[in-house]
Amino acid sequence: MECVFGLVGKGFALVAADTSAVNSILVHKSNEDKVMVLDSHKLLGASGEPGDRVQFTEYIQKNLHLYQFRNGMPLTTAATANFTRGELATALRKNPYSVNLLLAGYDEGVGPSIYYIDYIATLHKIEKGAFGYGSYFCLSMMDRYYHPDMSIEEAIDLLDKIIIEIRTRLVVAPPNFVIKIVDQDGAREYAWRESIKSPDVTMA
Amino acid sequence: MNLDTSGLESFSAAVPSAMIGGDQLGSDQLFGPASFELPAGCADFDKFQMEAKKTLKPAKGTTTLAFIFNEGVIVAADSRASMGGYISSQSVKKIIEINPYMLGTMAGGAADCQFWHRNLGIKCRLHELANKRRISVTGASKLLANILYSYRGMGLSIGTMIAGWDEKGPGLYYVDSEGGRLKGNRFSVGSGSPYAYGILDNGYRPDMTVEEAHELARRAIYHATFRDGASGGVVSVYHVGANGWKKLSGDDVSELHYKYYPVQATPVEQEMVDAPPA
Repeated sequence: MECVFGLVGKGFALVAADTSAVNSILVHKSNEDKVMVLDSHKLLGASGEPGDRVQFTEYIQKNLHLYQFRNGMPLTTAATANFTRGELATALRKNPYSVNLLLAGYDEGVGPSIYYIDYIATLHKIEKGAFGYGSYFCLSMMDRYYHPDMSIEEAIDLLDKIIIEIRTRLVVAPPNFVIKIVDQDGAREYAWRESIKSPDVTMA
Repeated sequence: MNLDTSGLESFSAAVPSAMIGGDQLGSDQLFGPASFELPAGCADFDKFQMEAKKTLKPAKGTTTLAFIFNEGVIVAADSRASMGGYISSQSVKKIIEINPYMLGTMAGGAADCQFWHRNLGIKCRLHELANKRRISVTGASKLLANILYSYRGMGLSIGTMIAGWDEKGPGLYYVDSEGGRLKGNRFSVGSGSPYAYGILDNGYRPDMTVEEAHELARRAIYHATFRDGASGGVVSVYHVGANGWKKLSGDDVSELHYKYYPVQATPVEQEMVDAPPA
């Protein structure tokens, strides 16, 4: 039921994910952020078993930081993707992680890129991709409406259409989504698309 | 949860084999083999029903809940332990006192929860001694989550909430034996949790008083024990404030039932009258 999808536009990459944390029929929370900011210019959207998702993405994030500390410069997106895939592959025949990932990054000179990494350590560099039951609806829409070098307005419009389609057609559709963007200025949260809001607690 | 996506696969029709006349007088051959796959469960419906119930029913027979509001955190739990259909105890302590300002709830295996909460208490104390300051709720829950993650797949059964008050104010985390850890404002764990959520979600307001929050928690657990066979016994409610936790009440659920729904004298529906003389 977890949906993660993303695409590359003109000078930016977008990753969106649903924000429900679910256990069998129970929704524990509807505002769980599943797109991790790995470093200044990288995003990692993850879906899969809850323990694996958090532990594996944090492991990748900390290793990325360690590389930067040791070498005084960050890893490129391509190198990060290959490192991540390598970790999944090594664990695969011993103690596998059940996580599907979309890694998005911006590199000087290369521009934006997205990598598709699935739970059995498949690695593809792609322009648009999706994971989860939502992918059945997203992929055709992205195939139809995507074109290279989309502007940010066109890309967000496409993402919104996809979110509406998922909400309309998926039987247990997640109500809320988070959209994050990475471009020349860095990786940051772009917007939330919420149809269920939890009441905010104001601290005494 | 497994959704049936066979409808999305490409349809490959099974070609009915040529019928031979005389031998196939048995009833199931009369109409030929099915040209489509029969849905799962048709062969053995009772087993299918059992499997369906098992998938939907969370394995942890209990009801616990916790929520953050403006005055702190309320933690509540029932006290029943069941082994299948047998109630082994009605007086289990499911709210574990990790230290004077942090509580943990128990759902799943009692031994697992008790042992690992005690272990967490030890680690929290060691942190205090090493760093000369109390550990945060975030830190304590992360310690527990990492330990449970390392035992992933080895059969631990723990669904716990870590609630406390630290420098940043009230904190609440849900941690389970699959390695999941969630930060939130409202959680309920156990087989009775859907029932408790129903009461909790609709009565919750961030600006409740301690008394109102207390009553909401007690009501939510009571309603869960009413509907869920694996929950019952005594409702314990704790409050965690800036000065630590305090136990607010422990009420027997059957007494609460008659308090909320007192027996009413029902009027006699129809009185028998003497038949009129012929």
